[in-house]
Amino acid sequence: MSVPQYRKAAALTLAAGLGLSLAACSTKSDDSSDAGGKVTITVDCQPVGAQKELLKNWNDDVAAFQQQNPDIVVKSVSVGEQCNNPPDFTARLAGGTVTDVFYGYMTDLTQVLDSGQAMDITDYATRDTIPTWDSVDPALKEVFTDGGKLYGVPVKNYSMGLIYNKALFQRAGLDPATPPKTWPEVRAAAKKISALGGGIAGYSEYSAGNTGGWHFTALLYSQGGQVLTADGKKADVNNPAGRQVLQNLRDMRHGDDSMGSRQLLQWGDLLTNAGAGKVGMFIGAPDATQAIVTQFQGRYQDWAMGPLPGQDGPATATLGGGEGYFFKKGLSPEQVRAGLKWIAFQKLTPGKGQFDYVRAKPQNYPVGLPQPLLFAAGSDAQKQELDLRKANANVDTANFAAFEANPVPIKGEPRNAQAIYAVLDAAMSGVLTNPNANIDALLTTAEGKINQLLAADS
Amino acid sequence: MALTAAPGATRRPGRPTPSPQPTPARRAGRGRRVRDNLTGHTFLVGALVCFAVFSWYPMVRGVVMSFQRTRRGETTWVGWDNYARIIADPSFWTAWKNTFVFTGLALVLGYAVPFLVAILLNELRHATGYLRVLVYLPVMLPPASALFLFKFYAYDPSGAGLFNAVLTALGLPTSEWMQSPTMTMPAMVLASTWMNMGGAVLIYLAALQNVPGELYEAAELDGAGLWRRIVHVTVPQTRLILALLAMLQIVATMQLFIEPLILANGAGTQDSATSVAYLIYQHGFFQNDLNGAAALGVIMLVVLAGFSAVYLRLTARQD
Repeated sequence: MSVPQYRKAAALTLAAGLGLSLAACSTKSDDSSDAGGKVTITVDCQPVGAQKELLKNWNDDVAAFQQQNPDIVVKSVSVGEQCNNPPDFTARLAGGTVTDVFYGYMTDLTQVLDSGQAMDITDYATRDTIPTWDSVDPALKEVFTDGGKLYGVPVKNYSMGLIYNKALFQRAGLDPATPPKTWPEVRAAAKKISALGGGIAGYSEYSAGNTGGWHFTALLYSQGGQVLTADGKKADVNNPAGRQVLQNLRDMRHGDDSMGSRQLLQWGDLLTNAGAGKVGMFIGAPDATQAIVTQFQGRYQDWAMGPLPGQDGPATATLGGGEGYFFKKGLSPEQVRAGLKWIAFQKLTPGKGQFDYVRAKPQNYPVGLPQPLLFAAGSDAQKQELDLRKANANVDTANFAAFEANPVPIKGEPRNAQAIYAVLDAAMSGVLTNPNANIDALLTTAEGKINQLLAADS
Repeated sequence: MALTAAPGATRRPGRPTPSPQPTPARRAGRGRRVRDNLTGHTFLVGALVCFAVFSWYPMVRGVVMSFQRTRRGETTWVGWDNYARIIADPSFWTAWKNTFVFTGLALVLGYAVPFLVAILLNELRHATGYLRVLVYLPVMLPPASALFLFKFYAYDPSGAGLFNAVLTALGLPTSEWMQSPTMTMPAMVLASTWMNMGGAVLIYLAALQNVPGELYEAAELDGAGLWRRIVHVTVPQTRLILALLAMLQIVATMQLFIEPLILANGAGTQDSATSVAYLIYQHGFFQNDLNGAAALGVIMLVVLAGFSAVYLRLTARQD
C-alpha cells in the first residue's frame, strides 16, 4: 500500500470508528426482560468500594433477593458515597441517565416531577409488592405524593437534635448525661468547652454549600419560626425568631469566641472536625454519628444526643427529612413491581436489608440509633423492627435516651428548599464571619431574595 | 505574526499565464487534488464531529434552552422570561461585579507578575533550568489540590495559617482571608496567579529568547538602563504575545469558577465570592433552574464574544 493509500485507509477507519462510537452512544439499551422472561431493573445507591462491609451487605442482599425472586435481575449502580450529591443528581435527571429505580431526597419530588422522569406508582404500591406497606408511616408516604399520586417510596427519615461530644463535656466539667435544653444553656456549655483550647469549638455550625440555610431552617423551627408563610408564597424569616437565631450564633461566635475561627463550613468540614474531637456540640440527625465514625474516624462512645434546644424551654419544632426511591417514567408494570419488591426486601422488611441488625451488630455500623422510624407507631412492623433493634444494639442506647424521651414535633423542609438554603447561607456566613454584621440587614436581604425566588418560580 | 505563504502560491514573473482550458495533465492533477482533499477532509471529520458534539451543539442547545421552561416534564417557549428572571436575581449584579473585580485584579497581578518573572529568568545565567521547573511546578498540581493547599494551609484564619504566621512574625495584623468579604477576591487572585503563572512564564520566556540580542546591545550603547530596555526593546518585541495572552487571560478569568468553589465553598461570605460561572452552576444544579442557568450562560457568551470582537478589532488596527 502506498503512503496516500495508508492515509486514506487510516482516515476511513477513523471516520468509521467515530461513527460507530457515536452510534453506540446513541443506542438505547432496553433489556427490561430477556428471552427467559426475566425482568431486569437497575437500582442506584449501591455502596462504593471503600465501604467494604456495606457493599458486601448490599451484594448479599441482591443475591438473596434474586434467589427468592428468580424471575427478577437487579443490576446495581453506584453513584458515589453520597447517593444524592445535588449537582450529580441534577445532571443525571437532566441527562436522563437515572436508573430505573433511583434514590432521592424527600425535597426532590418537585425537581423529579419537573424533569419528567417520575413514574406514577400509586396502583403498584400495595401489600402485594410491599408486605409492610400498610405499616409505613402515612406522613412519609404523603411527602412522595403529589396531586393524589404516589411517585416514590420512603426508605429513611430523620429529625434533628443536639449532638454532643461526651468526652469533651466531661473534660469541660459538664454532665454528659444532661445535655443543654435551651440555647442559653448551649451558649454556656460552648464557652466552657472552647475554653479547653487546642482549637476546640464548643458549638459548630454550617454556613456554606446550602448546608448553612438547611441548619438555619432547623434553628428557626426551634424558635417557633418558619421559613415561608403558611400559604408558601412569601418568606417568613425576617422576624424576631429569625433575629434570635442569628443573635445566638453571633453571641457564641464573636461574643464568646466559642465556635472556632474557621467558618464557611459545609457537611464534610464540620464532621471532619467532629471526628477529630474538635467539636463540642452541633445540631444533626442521629445518623450523623455514623458518618463521624465510618467516614471521619470518630468513636461511637464519644457521642450522645439530646433534643433540639429551644430559646427558653423545649424547641417548638425540629427539622425532619429523609430519602426514598423514585421510579423512572416508562418502566413496564413488571419492572415497577420488581422494583417495589426489591425496595420492600432491602428497605422495608424488619430483619432484612437495612434492618438486618443481626448482620450489622458485629460490623462498624451502629445498631440502636433512635432513627429511622419508617413504620407508624403501634404497627406490627414497627414493633418487630424496634424489638430487633433493641436486641442487637451495638451502641449505648442511653446516649440517645434524652433525645428519645423528649420528642419534638417534626416539621418538613420548605418548598424549593435548596434554592432557599442557598440564600440563607449568606445570612449564616455573614453573622459567623463578620463581628459587625447587621442582623436586620442580613434578614431583610434574605427575605427579599427568597420572595424573588418564589415569585420567579410561581 | 506573519504567515508563511504556501510554496508556489505567488506567481513568478515571466511565467506564461496558465491556459484556462484544462489539459489531460491538469485533469489528472485535479483528480489527485480531490483525492488528497478527500483524505484531508476525512481526517477533519474527527475534529469536526468532536467540535460539533461537544462545543457547537451544546452552545446551540443552551441558546434554545434559554428561551424555554421545563415544568412537569413539559417544555414550553417563554420568550425572554428566563433572562428577566436571571437579571432580577439579587446575586446577578454581585456576581458580575465580583467577576470583573477578579478579572481586573488578575490583570494587574496575574498578568504582570509572570512577565516580570520571565524577564528575571531570562536575565539569569545560572540555574535557569531549576528555576524554570520551580516556577512551572504549581501548574503540574491538579488545580483542586493546589487550591486545597491554599485553603487549609495558607489561608487558615487562625494564627496557624501560613500567611497569618508570616504576618505575625513581621509584626503585621493578620487577616481572615477567605472569611473576610474584602480579602476574598485578592486572596483568590493570589492563589490563582501562583497556580497558573508557570505556563505564561514559559511562553514569555520563549518570546523573550527570540528578541535579537543586538537590540539590547544597541540600547545599552545608547545608554538605556534596565527599565528603558524593557520598555523600548522587550515590550515592543513581545507585543503580540503580550496581547494574545492578555486576551486569553481575560477570557479565562471571566470564567472564574473553581477558585470560589473550593476556596470559598461556593458563594463565600455573603456572596463575596459568587462569580457569574458559579451563579450559573448554582441555578442549574442547586435551584432546579437549568433554563435560567442557560440564559445566564448566553449572557456570558455574548459579553465574552463582544469583548473578544472589540479586542481583536483594536489589535488588528494597531497591527
